[in-house]
Amino acid sequence: MATIHVDGQRYDVEGSDNLLDACLSQGLDVPYFCWHPAMGSVGACRQCAVKQFKDEDDTQGKLVMSCMTPAADGTRISIDDEQAREFRASVIEWLMINHPHDCPVCEEGGHCHLQDMTVMTGHDRRRYRFRKRTHRNQYLGPFIAHEMNRCITCYRCVRFYRDYAGGTDLGAFGANSNIYFGRHQDGVLESPFSGNLSEVCPTGVFTDQTHSEQYTRKWDLQFAPSICHQCAVGCNISPGERYGDIRRIENRYHGEVNRFFLCDRGRFGYGYVNRDDRPRQPEWRSDRDDGWVTLEVDAALDHGADRLRSARRVIGIGSPRASLESNHQLRELVGEEAFSTGIGVAEQRCLDEMHSLNQRCGLPTPTLREVEHHDALLILGEDLIESAARVGLAVRQAAQARRETLAAERNIPTWNDAAVRTLGQDRYHPVFIAYPTATQLDDVTAARFTLAPDDIARLGFAVAHEIDDQAPAVADLDSATREAARDIATRLMAAERPLVISGGSLGCEAILQAAGNVARALARRARRGGLLLVRREANSTGLTMIGGKPLEWALDELASRRADAVVILENDLYQRLPAAAIDAALTTAETVVVLDHQRTATWAQAHLGLPAASFAEADGTLVSLEGRAQRFFQVFDPSYLRPATRIHESWRWLHVLRGDIRRHPVADITLDAVTRDCARAHPALDAIVDAAPDANYRVHGLKLAREPHRYSGRTAMRAHLNVSEPRVPQDPDSPFTFSMEGYNGIGRPREEVAFAWAPGWNSPQAWNKFTDEVGGHLRAGDPGVRLIAPSPAADAFATAIPESFRGRDGEWQLVILSRLFGGDETSSRAAPIVARAAPATLAVADDDATRLGVDDGDRLEITGQAGSLTLAVRREATLPSGVVGLPAGLAPVLVAGEWVRLAVSRGGGGDAGGHS
Amino acid sequence: MSVRRYHSQLRQGAAERRAETHPLTWRLREDGTMVGLEEYVEKKGYAAVREVLNHRTADDVIKTMKEANVRGRGGAGFSAGVKWSLTMKGPDIPRGYLVCNADEMEPGTFKDRLLLEQQPHLLIEGMILAGYANDSCFGYIFLRGEYLEAARAVQRALDEARAAGWLGADIAGSGFDFDIALHSGAGRYICGEETALINSLEGRRANPRDKPPFPGQSGAWGKPTVVNNVETLCNAPGVMHHGAQWYQELSGELSDDGGTKLYGVSGKVNMPGLWELPIGTPASELLERAGGMRDGRTLKTWLPGGGSTGFLLPEHLDSPLDFDSIGKLGSRLGTGLLTVVNEDQSVLALVRNLEQFFARESCGWCTPCRDGLPWTVKLLQALERGEGEPRDIEMLDKLADDLGPGKTFCAHAPGAAMPLQSALKYFRDEFERGVTNPAGVTHDEPMPVGEA
Repeated sequence: MATIHVDGQRYDVEGSDNLLDACLSQGLDVPYFCWHPAMGSVGACRQCAVKQFKDEDDTQGKLVMSCMTPAADGTRISIDDEQAREFRASVIEWLMINHPHDCPVCEEGGHCHLQDMTVMTGHDRRRYRFRKRTHRNQYLGPFIAHEMNRCITCYRCVRFYRDYAGGTDLGAFGANSNIYFGRHQDGVLESPFSGNLSEVCPTGVFTDQTHSEQYTRKWDLQFAPSICHQCAVGCNISPGERYGDIRRIENRYHGEVNRFFLCDRGRFGYGYVNRDDRPRQPEWRSDRDDGWVTLEVDAALDHGADRLRSARRVIGIGSPRASLESNHQLRELVGEEAFSTGIGVAEQRCLDEMHSLNQRCGLPTPTLREVEHHDALLILGEDLIESAARVGLAVRQAAQARRETLAAERNIPTWNDAAVRTLGQDRYHPVFIAYPTATQLDDVTAARFTLAPDDIARLGFAVAHEIDDQAPAVADLDSATREAARDIATRLMAAERPLVISGGSLGCEAILQAAGNVARALARRARRGGLLLVRREANSTGLTMIGGKPLEWALDELASRRADAVVILENDLYQRLPAAAIDAALTTAETVVVLDHQRTATWAQAHLGLPAASFAEADGTLVSLEGRAQRFFQVFDPSYLRPATRIHESWRWLHVLRGDIRRHPVADITLDAVTRDCARAHPALDAIVDAAPDANYRVHGLKLAREPHRYSGRTAMRAHLNVSEPRVPQDPDSPFTFSMEGYNGIGRPREEVAFAWAPGWNSPQAWNKFTDEVGGHLRAGDPGVRLIAPSPAADAFATAIPESFRGRDGEWQLVILSRLFGGDETSSRAAPIVARAAPATLAVADDDATRLGVDDGDRLEITGQAGSLTLAVRREATLPSGVVGLPAGLAPVLVAGEWVRLAVSRGGGGDAGGHS
Repeated sequence: MSVRRYHSQLRQGAAERRAETHPLTWRLREDGTMVGLEEYVEKKGYAAVREVLNHRTADDVIKTMKEANVRGRGGAGFSAGVKWSLTMKGPDIPRGYLVCNADEMEPGTFKDRLLLEQQPHLLIEGMILAGYANDSCFGYIFLRGEYLEAARAVQRALDEARAAGWLGADIAGSGFDFDIALHSGAGRYICGEETALINSLEGRRANPRDKPPFPGQSGAWGKPTVVNNVETLCNAPGVMHHGAQWYQELSGELSDDGGTKLYGVSGKVNMPGLWELPIGTPASELLERAGGMRDGRTLKTWLPGGGSTGFLLPEHLDSPLDFDSIGKLGSRLGTGLLTVVNEDQSVLALVRNLEQFFARESCGWCTPCRDGLPWTVKLLQALERGEGEPRDIEMLDKLADDLGPGKTFCAHAPGAAMPLQSALKYFRDEFERGVTNPAGVTHDEPMPVGEA
């Protein structure tokens, strides 16, 4: 700690910070551009100049850049000093020389850090009277729009893109007043974190193109605190809505999870919410051969209830992309015995294994913030950038944190970003990755092993044995693998905080057991280690905790007529198992009720389809891969602007459907009630009630506003429907209003913040006003509750070690490779994601391709147990021979781990996703 | 028309130049061709290396350099001995690099070129001594890209020295390993700033780095790195050979600084060129040696050491040309090569030209330099065209102040501000004559883009 004096006031600050950080953490306003809480200081923009005095007697002082000056004990500065103010105004004036002043047509306007800083410094008169320098813009892909004329050359974009996120295709070009930030030529930005440029850029150079195409000012958007549904990481997001559509997704600061950054799937994958073909009314047909009719809610419920009441046995199929509350309500409807998770048995076994390891292996699951502080990492069987991108970004920071350790040894402060990187160069904390192919984290690894799944497991088992010889030894281990295992074990044991990361992406239980053994071994050796296990979907972890039978069981019950009706919750079964099995079950069933917000292949099999709310129209709770239960809140009422819409939360539909079946007139249910019921029914979920404040939460007696106080057009936006403005929708489920009325301030700490705004701070930089210190935690505590605490008692080592992988003659083992764009069911229905996704190709090892006589682009037919696919070949030098890699997200014709045959396709042939 | 290649011209005959009084130039040949290895060794070349590497400690070398107070000849005037004493060394510290700053790009400066083209072995000898003192594992000569002849000479000298065992493993049987590579720059003035030079050497953008940490702590590739100017390094063999006291006494009563300085004069004088003279020699003597003003014109003003130094007046001619004396006059000694301006020449045009250079050569890292300098240029252009507005000169005053020391990331913009500020002080009337337009009136022909 240190005491500093700012304009005569004493402040106790963290002495290891720089002055800018310290002042902002105290709530003082100092304008800045190039500094960023996650990226440290470089002293480029000169905007944060303050006057520093040597001591009490020094009245002269001198200008210093607060971002580059330590907040050492006894430091005396003035922010208000006239010379400092004048200089800061000069800086803005220079930045404005070439700025186009196109705020009225600029997407950044209204949440622009440059606007905020310009107002803060008081620059309001243009004195430069000469011509401005102009640039040409580039095409950067479907996500990011480029308008270089707005650039103020703060260098944040390249510092984030290259230094923080490891990207290589965005750079600074040119010199003097003609600096250009872009690619060497037009083209899609390669980094899966490019969307963060829209928030990192303090002005409108890099903006969200998906937003531009349906643009609304931030102050006209309606927000709610939400949780990203596109993978299991549980990043906090602020979706913004206008006219019944989600217009953009902004990062919502969470001090332990995503902090400042999201991945592009999460940010740009929301388009499925806005699809025109979404079911918006109940759809009914009494027989599959009949046409659909749309029904009113009561009629639909009556039809559905009649059919379900008369059914012999009703099966419920839940979903790992639906909330705990919805899954719970389905389970209540059909009973525990008839509830399936809707997850295939292979994946479910992996999920159960992961849950068991998290409870019993003895190591805790780190939060993403904690991941960044682990100093040796072993990653078994996950390509993190593809399967849990935000975790991958955290792993990169963990590797790079070695530089901070080295810098500390030379008394270089952590925040001095350029100096830290100069000293550290390419020295990283040891990261080891074993995966069948190259990954986007390979550049920071100490060693990378491209292995078949069984060999990845064997490597893991061998590492565990090297750490603790109580762990079973691996038979017939070759010397290279033994050496590698020994090296990895040594590095993990030498670390303060080793971390093991694995997951279910390859669908290989042996890998998880191996990871578990490493974790158990580390736990027994009393390391402050961690174990992080990657699940696939937003609520995979939560649904595992509710439990249920696998999808195959449900299909079998239906196909064998042990049950004659099924209720399917937000789950396209055709994405999970081969179509034949699904068809057999659903066509046999007398009654198929589907609740979904997407018109899926499963929906097409329904007798009754009930239009469910997507995350944007629903409240609910998800459990992330770190076991954190987090509430997401409804962003908007879908029927306000589309009165014909009958979209409701699945848990609401299921609640009334259940009442109808029992012929009980039921009152409406609220989120709090259903959450409470769910918590009561599942002791492991007991704490989810505390994941967020309930509907009675008030600040100063007020509910919380979903809309900024400058929200405009409320009285006009429905005028085309009805000139009299209805009462704003009421929200019985949450403490939020569908209105600008309500609390939106920063004075009272609150953990659920719909949108970041503070007086004078309209940009995402306003988050600094909500945190206990810059880059710290929300002052009211970060949202969510952790549900899984590891028991200290270490359990027994797994002993089922697979034999080493051996290729077969004429057969290849199939691995399914995670895919960020295109590998997730819902975001794959968003146009920008489709545009960004690489075409599906089959990865074939170089040797194998040569043997087969195929090259890039040639087509191969891949035949497995349940059918075949035809795909173009992509030679993959790193892939082990005998293995072929199929991208995730294709129709599940082929199963991970099965042995397939390959045949050169003679023209035509089925396309990717087609099945024969 | 035949083009005669320009050579830096030393205007002192062989008779005048002696080992004891002209340590930098006494070996140079009358015909201006390169002093090769054989001749260099014949003239006591590499004797200091043999002596020092075998018989003196690194600390001893640094102590002697400190006592001699060899001040950085690149223009900053920082003691080379002190710089060397701050280089991190020790069992846990990796051996770093010794970098020669040969990116001579200061407007009006051509002194290092003479040494590089005609006597590269002296530089190599100095670098070996510096490398030894700083425990460097390797040396780089960062050479201005346009210095093609110097590149040839330096490369030849490196090859000769390596072949003769003066570079490589176990130099002169001392056990000290050191080698040097020549790196030609790609033509940026900012590479003369030592940390930008290091970034460029590493293959990065030539942006300066923040200090601290200084290169001596974390320089090229994060290792301790010493960057010295060519002339500075060329002083080391003499100092080692003759001792600190001799060096101090070279300047006699002329200056508190020791040693000689390669001075030069360019501009409208009868005989522009270079002279090695005791540091502290007054400009008046230099002007005299340069044959006085050409065409009988009168001296109007002069820059003491390159484009980034402040203008001085004829009345300052008798002041000693050393770091502190020129500093007291509000300018800087800089490189010590005078740019002479006569009564016919426009200071406004000269300043505009200089500011154009500095604006163009800004690396673009920090705001005042990147965006302030082009504005300065445009204002000067407007004044030069007689399109100035009443507030333009106050704006220039403000810009000159805002671009000053402590406000920008490195010394580039303060270097650009110095001639501007001094010109506004001494020749304000020239600027005022350009103010003809009323404020706020749009011009028919706005300043074309890209001219700045």
